[in-house]
Amino acid sequence: MSRRKIRFKINGVEKTVEVEPNKTLLWLIREELKLKGTKKACERGDCGLCTVLLNGEPVKSCLVLAVEVDGSDILTVEGLAKNGELAPIQRAFIEHGATQCGFCTPAFLIVGHWLINRNPNPSREEVVEAINGLLCRCTGYKPIIDAILEAAKYMRRT
Amino acid sequence: MFVNHEGGHYLEALKYVGKSITRIDAVEKVLGIAEYASDIELPGMLYAKLLLSPYAHAKIISINYEKALRVPGVVSVAVGDDFPFRVGLYVNDRNILARKKVRWVGEPVAAVVAEDLEAAEEAVELIEVEYEPLPAVLDVREALKPGAPLVHEELGEYAHSPAFNPIAGTNIANRFTLKKGNIVEGFNKSEVVVENEFYMPQVSHVQMETHVCIGHYMADGNIKIWTSAQSPFTVRYILSHSIGVPLHRISVYVPYVGGGFGGKAGINFEPLVVLLSKKAGYRPVKLELTREEHFLAAPLRQGFYAKIKTGVTKDGKIMAEKIFYAFDAGAYADYGVNVARAAGYSCTGPYYVPNIEAESLAVYTNHQWGTAFRGFGHFEFLWAIERQMEIVASKLGIDPVEFRLKNALLPGLTTATGEVLREDAGRVDQCIEAVAKELRWGELTPTNDPKKVRAKGIAALWKAPAMPPNAASSAIIKFNEDGTVLLSVGVTEIGQGTVTSLAQIAAEELGVPIEKIRVVPFRHTDLTPYSWQTVASRNLFMEGRAVIRAARDAKEQILEIASQVLRAPKDDLIIKDEKVWVKGRPEWSLHLKDIVAGYVYPNGNTIGGPIIGRGYFVGTRLSYLDPETGQGYPALKWTFGAQGVEIELDLETGEVKVLKLVSAFDVGKAINPMLVIGQIIGGGIQSLSLGMWEQYVYDDKGRMLNPNLTDYKIARAGDIPEEIIPIIIENPQSDGPYGARGVAELSMLSVPAAIANAIFHATGVNINDLPLTYENIWKALNKKR
Ligand code: FES
Ligand code: FES
Repeated sequence: MSRRKIRFKINGVEKTVEVEPNKTLLWLIREELKLKGTKKACERGDCGLCTVLLNGEPVKSCLVLAVEVDGSDILTVEGLAKNGELAPIQRAFIEHGATQCGFCTPAFLIVGHWLINRNPNPSREEVVEAINGLLCRCTGYKPIIDAILEAAKYMRRT
Repeated sequence: MFVNHEGGHYLEALKYVGKSITRIDAVEKVLGIAEYASDIELPGMLYAKLLLSPYAHAKIISINYEKALRVPGVVSVAVGDDFPFRVGLYVNDRNILARKKVRWVGEPVAAVVAEDLEAAEEAVELIEVEYEPLPAVLDVREALKPGAPLVHEELGEYAHSPAFNPIAGTNIANRFTLKKGNIVEGFNKSEVVVENEFYMPQVSHVQMETHVCIGHYMADGNIKIWTSAQSPFTVRYILSHSIGVPLHRISVYVPYVGGGFGGKAGINFEPLVVLLSKKAGYRPVKLELTREEHFLAAPLRQGFYAKIKTGVTKDGKIMAEKIFYAFDAGAYADYGVNVARAAGYSCTGPYYVPNIEAESLAVYTNHQWGTAFRGFGHFEFLWAIERQMEIVASKLGIDPVEFRLKNALLPGLTTATGEVLREDAGRVDQCIEAVAKELRWGELTPTNDPKKVRAKGIAALWKAPAMPPNAASSAIIKFNEDGTVLLSVGVTEIGQGTVTSLAQIAAEELGVPIEKIRVVPFRHTDLTPYSWQTVASRNLFMEGRAVIRAARDAKEQILEIASQVLRAPKDDLIIKDEKVWVKGRPEWSLHLKDIVAGYVYPNGNTIGGPIIGRGYFVGTRLSYLDPETGQGYPALKWTFGAQGVEIELDLETGEVKVLKLVSAFDVGKAINPMLVIGQIIGGGIQSLSLGMWEQYVYDDKGRMLNPNLTDYKIARAGDIPEEIIPIIIENPQSDGPYGARGVAELSMLSVPAAIANAIFHATGVNINDLPLTYENIWKALNKKR
């Protein structure tokens, strides 16, 4: 298959890579760029654990082709902390026990981060709606919902 | 003041134990740098892909993989006869790849190993297998009938642990029997007798991380494994046993595990990747199951059938119980035999029953193979027992809470196995009362909508770790030269958070700030102290005791050195705030960092050396159970609890919504309340999800129809109750670490029964089969009308 050259920015860093047209964004992130924080748990859009921000909007990276991200800006969990300082959403997850096995955590952080940046005062219902496409088998979601609401508070304070 | 496990007294307030400190692995996890098995790549690594059986039961006539071998990039193809070994935790019944015949739809028949996954995927499609279909047995009761097709003709030849009883010439992988008191007399004294049947389908753990492992059989004969396993030492032991390589030549490495829930206990795909590695020229081979393969080929929770006959007096005392449990163990029961055993010895639930006759079977079928799943045996039988208790109470016209309290198994009474419940055991009555109070038991909430009703339901629970009497744990505490500490334990971090609690215990015991203690974040059988398995809610208890002993061992060594330097007897010294002090003489002290690598006198003379503390723990006086009567001491500790719900039921559609979920557990002592609450909430929702939606749906050929996360629904954020109330009760158990008992599995035992009991209160309709889908409820409601 003929490879295509794509350029994009990921976590603030410019990249140019050649990819085959059938590869997914998830493959690009995990296998090509070796950013292992983004997880896969179904590769068919059911679990949401591969979610990243593409041009500021959450996408399930297993459903996006790598070639489609040419010229885009991508944020993964590795890009949340800045200069060694945790983002508000990360602090809140730690404080509320919102991570257990941690496998789903990167996706929930990304969506939580997106939500509170777009809407610094979300209601509980809005939080639930935002994360309803993501699966967690450990926490029962409540600590995650609480953590996102708390992170929004941190954001409003700063 | 607080009585500790050796009967001593803590005169000072605890500094770390009992505090909700944040998880020690949380920062790694929120940064996305926590390592999981699927993240590991090795130089020269190859990729494996499995060919799965399309038949539930069929002879393998021939396999042709010529075409597969010709695909560019393919290194090797393996079939069952390449690996003439069987594996099994308790019964050695499982093939590495199917041999001679296939036993379920999804059984791995062949494996392709290639330079990249695409080549392996392409090649696996080209393997041609000729099958001769055999009659399949797809129902646990059918499997028990005389003349049923046999899943394992060679059952009599399989090696098994002495605690189990497979019956050759049948489909019974394990038969557990129990007799207590006199069942005939018990029923004679009963005034009301109630008999019911209950059922539960097979379900998946749905760990978010599927099974992943890498095996490297090296040319020098050593073996390395990287795996998402709960129990590295058990993987090592069974592999060694099975292929005849001694333990010291096998190394098992386990990073963070992305959810286990029992499904990654025992041994799973590790032998396969190791043997594939050898066949592929001693290069490392990685196998990572897709979600569909995980549904079809990975082990699941066994299905369950129960028949219970209960005899009671009119005033509500249980006199006798005749119990029959049959577990649909699926094609292999290497671990699954213990599910039937565990359900057998706990069979009554948390109630005192003087006369019992019980039989609990693990039965082979041509369904997918079963294994441990959080609270195994108990989640299943408590569904039956807690429904039965509700039905019996209503027959008697006694309030179900009152009925449960009347028969509660309290300290001093005997369990089903004849064990006298220890005086410092947990209190199920307090758990039931706490849940009832929080639910405002007896108060009814009206609804505005005439189509809808609200109701409440309660169910109690108990469980002891289902483990062999010699299951052991150990711990190593190593001081670094600067006085910081490395704590090494064998319990794997699968999300439950035990290692955080263990760090708290170590900090408390050593008098070292918790920031200066690091728990080694991975497990490696070459370096890590032994732990039998990370299962059974046993690790906080057992590793906890081992850590306390390791800390005391280290302190003894420190005091030995300090006593010479300070010229004071050891028993006049205390360790506190990172220093050794002479009691009453704070000016005479030494910094730990000046002792823990050996004390150096000004002239260079050195005494002592690097401090390494070690400790172990095994259960006290645990025993095998009598093969006929099931009497004996199986339980390291019993944890008790109760769960309750308030529901809103739509009488027209059968839609049920859980509005409030309350759970109470007697955990003895919450070492870290935030972690305990995390378990209670997470387990509660897992339980609700299993009870309301989850099931393997099969067609009449035994093919699973819903092997994906759209058709196999698990709870999402929008499904959880508005109110979730965890209640911690602390009646300390004197041999637990700081009084603690385990809770992880307990958190998910009784939600389905509580919901069905609430439906019963609302409508008078008994639903005895899971799951409680709208459809099933609707059908049950309409049957009544
Ligand atoms: S891996 Fe993309 S949605 Fe599951
Ligand atoms: S923390 Fe384990 S899946 Fe969410």
